[in-house]
Amino acid sequence: GRLLCGPGLRRSGTGLLVTKCGLLRHRQAGGAAPASGAYWVDSQQKRYVPVKGDHVIGIVTAKAGDVFKLDVGGSEQASLSYLAFEGATKRNRPNVQVGDLVYGQFLVANKDMEPEMVCIDSHGRSSGMGIIGQDGFLFKVSLGLIRKLLAPKCEIIQELSQLYPFELVLGMNGRIWVKAKTVQQTLIIVNILEACEYMTAEQRRQVLAKFSGN
Amino acid sequence: FMQRGLDSQTKKQLEEEEKKIISEEHWYLDLPDLKEKESYIIEERSFMPCEDLLYGRMSFKGFNPEIEKLMIQMNSKSKKEEIEVDDKMEADVSDEEMARRQLYIFYYLYRYETLVGTIGKKFVRKRDQGVLQDEDEDGSSNTKPSKKVKKKFLKPQD
Repeated sequence: GRLLCGPGLRRSGTGLLVTKCGLLRHRQAGGAAPASGAYWVDSQQKRYVPVKGDHVIGIVTAKAGDVFKLDVGGSEQASLSYLAFEGATKRNRPNVQVGDLVYGQFLVANKDMEPEMVCIDSHGRSSGMGIIGQDGFLFKVSLGLIRKLLAPKCEIIQELSQLYPFELVLGMNGRIWVKAKTVQQTLIIVNILEACEYMTAEQRRQVLAKFSGN
Repeated sequence: FMQRGLDSQTKKQLEEEEKKIISEEHWYLDLPDLKEKESYIIEERSFMPCEDLLYGRMSFKGFNPEIEKLMIQMNSKSKKEEIEVDDKMEADVSDEEMARRQLYIFYYLYRYETLVGTIGKKFVRKRDQGVLQDEDEDGSSNTKPSKKVKKKFLKPQD
């Protein structure tokens, strides 16, 4: 069986070394084979380190010829080629301006090279990636909260979805973009998301009950 | 330099000579080969496969219908329920596609017919030329004079 050693663990010789502090988690593999599944360390941090395959929200900071420079919250700016959008050709360039928000995934991300992003998947389809539209609100939270929100059957998301219609984009680099019908609704959702990291479930339900009445 | 019909022996000699020359010039580490241990541990730096995270773009209560469709697609892909969704979608698409393809086929058949007619005339034998001339005079290819018993290329009826 194959053992997956996830973030916070490193292989050294025949054993594993722990490189981060946190809770050790284990997930059993589907086939219930012995010595398989995944182990990782659930740690908390605010600073994002680019990882290949992660979907992140980037802010366009510069346009250098054929390549856009994006700020993803890491130590370096990521590069994004203008051809890495769905349906982009040399003549049909995407309409990207400085200051736009882009949702994409990392193609190359290691400590030796500048991170590269693309907005298409391996089939050449955008599948939801690309320039994020107008309006909305972008804010930053810790990485642990993002993972909590993206977990399957997240209660916070389910309870929020009962409140108002809204749209949400979660980037693994700690950035969340929210858009609702009015500015007030958007700000309410933003404040709840920021605060829910330190609220218990009971407190959260009280807050939501207060707003669902309005 | 690999000549045909060279003996296997002489070939071996040539190869050995080449190897000798190469090994003298090439630098190599005089270390024993490190056996790559068959590692059954895979290192992974991303959280996605560990925790089965959902797709990051979401929409609720119909705010953005495209994103909601995408949500169903992406999240069911990870749970391998995609098969059902795909079948349903494929059925819808295939009906339209079938209709469109049939139209194309009819169009091409029509073009093929007319093409065959014009090119067929080139290869017609002398005996049949009389027939052709009659046809042209008549103006329509379907009506034939009754005395003709010749076998002709039968055009497919629509």
